Amino acid sequence: TLKDGTNWEQNEEIPRLPGETRVTDKDVIYMCPFNGPVKGRVYITNYRLYLRSAENDPVVILNVPLGVISRIEKMGGASSRGENSYGLDITCKDMRNLRFALKQEGHSRRDIFEVLTKYAFPQSHNLLFFAFLNEEKFSENGWMVYTPMSEYRRQGLPNERWRVTFINEHYGLCDTYPSLLVVPYNATDDDLKKVAAFRSRNRIPVLSWIHPETQAVIMRCSQPLVGMSGKRNKDDERYLDIIREANGQISKLTIYDARPNVNAVANKATGGGYEGEDAYPNAELFFLDIHNIHVMRESLKKLKDIVYPNVEESHWLSSLESTHWLEHIKLVLTGAIQVADKVSSGRSSVVVHCSDGWDRTAQLTSLAMLMLDSYYRTIEGFEVLVQKEWISFGHKFASRIGHGDKNHADADRSPIFLQFIDCVWQMSKQFPTAFEFNEQFLITILDHLYSCRFGTFLYNSEALREKEKVTEKTLSLWSLVNSEKAKYTNPFYTKELNRALYPVASMRHLELWVNYYIRWNPRIREQQPNPVEQRYMELLALRDDYMRRLEELQITNNSKISNSSASSASPSQMMSQVQTHF
Amino acid sequence: FSLQEIHIKEPIEKQVNPHLLPGELLLCEANTVYKYIQEDGSNRGTYGKLVCTNFKIAFLDDESASDDNEPQLKNKIVGENDITLQCVDQIYGVYDEKKKLLTGQLRKYPEKLIIYCKDLRVFHFCLRYTKEEEVKRIVSGIVHHSQTPKLLKRLFLFSYASAAPSNTDGRNQTMMFDTLEDWRDELERTKGNVKYKAVTINEGYRVSEKLPLYFVVPICVSEENILKYEGRGIPIWCWSCHNGAALLKMSAFPKEQDDSTSQTQKAFLDGIYKTISKAPYELLKTDDLSSSLPSLQDIQTAYTRFKQLFLIDNSSDFWTTDVKWFSLLESTNWLEIIRRVLKKAIEVAECLERQHTNVLLIEESATDLCCVISTLVQVMMDSYSRTKSGFQSLIQEEWAIGGHGFFDHCSHLHKSDKEEAPVFLLLLNCVWQLVQQYPPAFEFTETYLTVLSDSLYVPIFSTFFFNSQHQKDTNTSGESFKTQSGPFRFLTVWDWSVQFDPKAQAFLNNPFYAEKPKPDKSQRKTTRFKHQRQLSLPLTTTKSSTKRGFFREETDHFIKNILGKRIGKLINSSDEPPNSFREFYDSWHSKPVDYHGLLLPRIDGPEIKVWAQRYLRWIPEAQLHGGGTIATAAKILDLMEEVQSLQVKMDEEHCQAVSGDVHSVPLLRNSARLSSLFPFALLQRQSVKPALPTSTWKDLEVEDDLVKRDDEFVDLTSDMP
Repeated sequence: TLKDGTNWEQNEEIPRLPGETRVTDKDVIYMCPFNGPVKGRVYITNYRLYLRSAENDPVVILNVPLGVISRIEKMGGASSRGENSYGLDITCKDMRNLRFALKQEGHSRRDIFEVLTKYAFPQSHNLLFFAFLNEEKFSENGWMVYTPMSEYRRQGLPNERWRVTFINEHYGLCDTYPSLLVVPYNATDDDLKKVAAFRSRNRIPVLSWIHPETQAVIMRCSQPLVGMSGKRNKDDERYLDIIREANGQISKLTIYDARPNVNAVANKATGGGYEGEDAYPNAELFFLDIHNIHVMRESLKKLKDIVYPNVEESHWLSSLESTHWLEHIKLVLTGAIQVADKVSSGRSSVVVHCSDGWDRTAQLTSLAMLMLDSYYRTIEGFEVLVQKEWISFGHKFASRIGHGDKNHADADRSPIFLQFIDCVWQMSKQFPTAFEFNEQFLITILDHLYSCRFGTFLYNSEALREKEKVTEKTLSLWSLVNSEKAKYTNPFYTKELNRALYPVASMRHLELWVNYYIRWNPRIREQQPNPVEQRYMELLALRDDYMRRLEELQITNNSKISNSSASSASPSQMMSQVQTHF
Repeated sequence: FSLQEIHIKEPIEKQVNPHLLPGELLLCEANTVYKYIQEDGSNRGTYGKLVCTNFKIAFLDDESASDDNEPQLKNKIVGENDITLQCVDQIYGVYDEKKKLLTGQLRKYPEKLIIYCKDLRVFHFCLRYTKEEEVKRIVSGIVHHSQTPKLLKRLFLFSYASAAPSNTDGRNQTMMFDTLEDWRDELERTKGNVKYKAVTINEGYRVSEKLPLYFVVPICVSEENILKYEGRGIPIWCWSCHNGAALLKMSAFPKEQDDSTSQTQKAFLDGIYKTISKAPYELLKTDDLSSSLPSLQDIQTAYTRFKQLFLIDNSSDFWTTDVKWFSLLESTNWLEIIRRVLKKAIEVAECLERQHTNVLLIEESATDLCCVISTLVQVMMDSYSRTKSGFQSLIQEEWAIGGHGFFDHCSHLHKSDKEEAPVFLLLLNCVWQLVQQYPPAFEFTETYLTVLSDSLYVPIFSTFFFNSQHQKDTNTSGESFKTQSGPFRFLTVWDWSVQFDPKAQAFLNNPFYAEKPKPDKSQRKTTRFKHQRQLSLPLTTTKSSTKRGFFREETDHFIKNILGKRIGKLINSSDEPPNSFREFYDSWHSKPVDYHGLLLPRIDGPEIKVWAQRYLRWIPEAQLHGGGTIATAAKILDLMEEVQSLQVKMDEEHCQAVSGDVHSVPLLRNSARLSSLFPFALLQRQSVKPALPTSTWKDLEVEDDLVKRDDEFVDLTSDMP
């Protein structure tokens, strides 16, 4: 079994998933940026690009799901001179580039270029995503992980102040929201419709999370349609007031606008804006200064420049700083901490929005929930969190990732979800015992964010997923994960209920996630397995062994068999064996 | 003795008296001094008495540590609110909200005193409620005793040693290298005794006062030669690799104006090189560290800037510097120096291990960068140096006895501030990089390194307070010092029981340490394990006559470089492919790590980190409640404890005696809530309120057009009803 769980059947040259079919293969030279040119054969299937080197010592293998490909370019022409100057240059979404050199004679690359383009960008060629062809079987069904009703019930909802509404059952109120929503008990469905008219894309404030003690809530929505003329909407104003009153603890409602102040103001020109003091006297508004999707995309691009293929040698720190990547992480975390702290110790309900409420808003609400609710720090809880705050509330995965789409320069693409996972990693790094999942879990999520092997991240909204029958026709990523939970489990996890976990959003503690961003570089790779983790696992095994043997001994002693077993070694001997065993 | 008394609450008698060590004298004191708990603008703090003795500055309050927040790593000599005079870095006075550095004579007395310590603590004392005469006395007292030059004999070390009964721990396993036997044992351990010998020629410091009483040189080097230039130009042995290649160091000749002198020196060196290039010696490579590494001045400048980043006055200071943290760090150059030093150590290791050549490190004094590189190479190549006693022996050999100028470089008595250079700290920072990259390879913890760095400023141990063995000897045997009780002896820092009780000492032992298998205890010291990695490397054959011939031809050319413009940039560059370092590094890193074999630090940009425990430990904003590496360590320690108690139970069931081989495990009360700053700071934040940046960066100049855009451009005005 390979790293990604695929089975390698006998007599096969390459590993294949059930439902995966071979399309073509060709002799190429893989221009490895670390070890120089490698002769090998590349195989293309409807799911992956697979390269195996001709040499066996060391054997070089590339195993790349076509979904990670962002761009395929031809390099050199038929008349190009110089060794290995003719071939293909492939840009990937996962922080690497692949370059293959081909023979110049007889248009040798035309065929492979066309096949690759076709299968890497199925959307642009009227083909199905591989997820719809995948015939894998898993012991767990990941689609069962998240059912909105049971998640709200887990939070103690509905209750006397909050109700579940089916107004969006057929996505009639808002086509980018899920069908089931939780709203204040005192707001009628009619009220909701009126509020929807005043919120960008009808994304009205709805409940994301309720604090079990303070009953303060985290609400999410899009910007109000204030516009240049400073329009007001009585229904929206009243609705926010109802939200404020629902927990009955504090006089003001806190609104966090994720954007920088200037951007929020600028949005007025296109009909958007923010909640003004005059219209919402019972609300306090704060801007969290998180930048837009374009800034984040450029920042990641710069980060790639300094880590791939080679890590910037001199001035590493200032180069890292100039990408602003960690600075953005810091701002997102800082915003989420503020949201969480306001709900927890401020005992005040909060409303979070940005422009449309599906990028920065999702980051803030999900991170704040992760800080406040230890359930989301378990493997299943985290799956629920992603499923709920990201997938069901219409983070536009298809547009942000560009699944199967050849338009690599699309301005809609942006690493917003990656940034969220990075924030989670930063938290897990700061609190190594607080999360049930390990780093591999986060990396696996990111790998399949692009791979198109699972239906989980496909399409922009629940409405579209329903239309495409994603849950019927594809598998969930959580099926893979939950069938092999041990692989994704952090051995140091210590279950702690209801402890708010605030990371320190200081550059002194934020680190570049080397194991993700620089994982292709053999020079940087960290030691696997982690020696400290290994030591802990050994001790755990030893403890279990001792407990078992102690039990046995007690049974033996109790039954008064005087000849104690001579077979077992003295326990103190065992201890020293373990200490030396590495 | 102990400091317990200070912490006993005396509700009836308000008067608190400082606990004094033997030989410690109270010099001045001031009452109703207000010490801020932390300068976060909240002005929280406690009233107490500020005293200055000939050993320390101490703040005594009545609300001293109760049992609950008694530090687990309590230092018996230096309390939480004690600052030894040598630990004081800078003192500032605050006059009308303005900070002014206090150095010598004072005309005006400040309303607030800020003391920055070398162990990076920052104390804020408010003197507004103190009587004027007391302010004058305490401020000038503190400034005078901690900031102005003194004679060596005024060091507390001497008062303490003459007053305290000497009861050094005899069971200490550390080799002190003050006897001929220690050198011979080390030669034997490393199998260096075939080609190298320990010499007694410096007894009575006949050769040089800078050299130790005993040292090791190649067998073929004559006493006459050693004596000729006071030991200069003589290769001195540091360590022998398992393949016989040796690491040597040499004190270079100073630049000579006079041509005939330099000609004589050239001839002398020529002779020396000829001698040690004959069989059985390996091909020799030289490395002039004074030209291939940053100068002591660079190191001092870098560290001065670096430490400033951690001496934080208040919360807004913290967040202001956070905005440009990485470029601030980079501008200090400290991490880059660490990287270069580690890289140099890898280069030397490559020569020894793979090229099987002797390496001769050259430096003006051979007691600064030579010590750093030699120590690092041994830590990387010899797993014995990664045990606690092995590391301590190494520090004794290379630094304390080796003649590193601790007294001058630490500027302990401000006699020679120009000489100040944190060379030893640089070493500890480099070793820390290895410790954090390969935790199972070290018997000691980063906490050990941190308390070791703190011990640099505790003047009851002689280890870090002299420039040379000669200086120490002359100052102990002199007429002026006689003790009432028995022989005059200094304590060594390696006797950790002086500073820490056994429970606290447990924090110095690494629970992740992968102990070396001990097949036979009697052979333990001398058994050499073949490094796993070494087997896979292309080794040069042991005796290559062609190479030796090559060396002879090169000698003349080489010697030309040695004189005049210091020692040239070596044969190194001319006779090996430039990529051999990279190849060695990459090939080692592509294989699994053998924690008892050769260990190479990873030195790419992202791998060199800030030693957070040492530098961030007193900063409340940097504290993670229930987080940090201590969280996992605590889990392991708890589990070890559980395993041990199970073991005891099983032994009881077996009716056997409990094994004495069990390591003590520190008990971590409430371990899930330990702060990442554990076991150091006991900063208790009022609530679990998260630390929030008070200043964040908002400006993106370059991509201005992008910044102004919205996520997706849609004109919403048309949608409006």
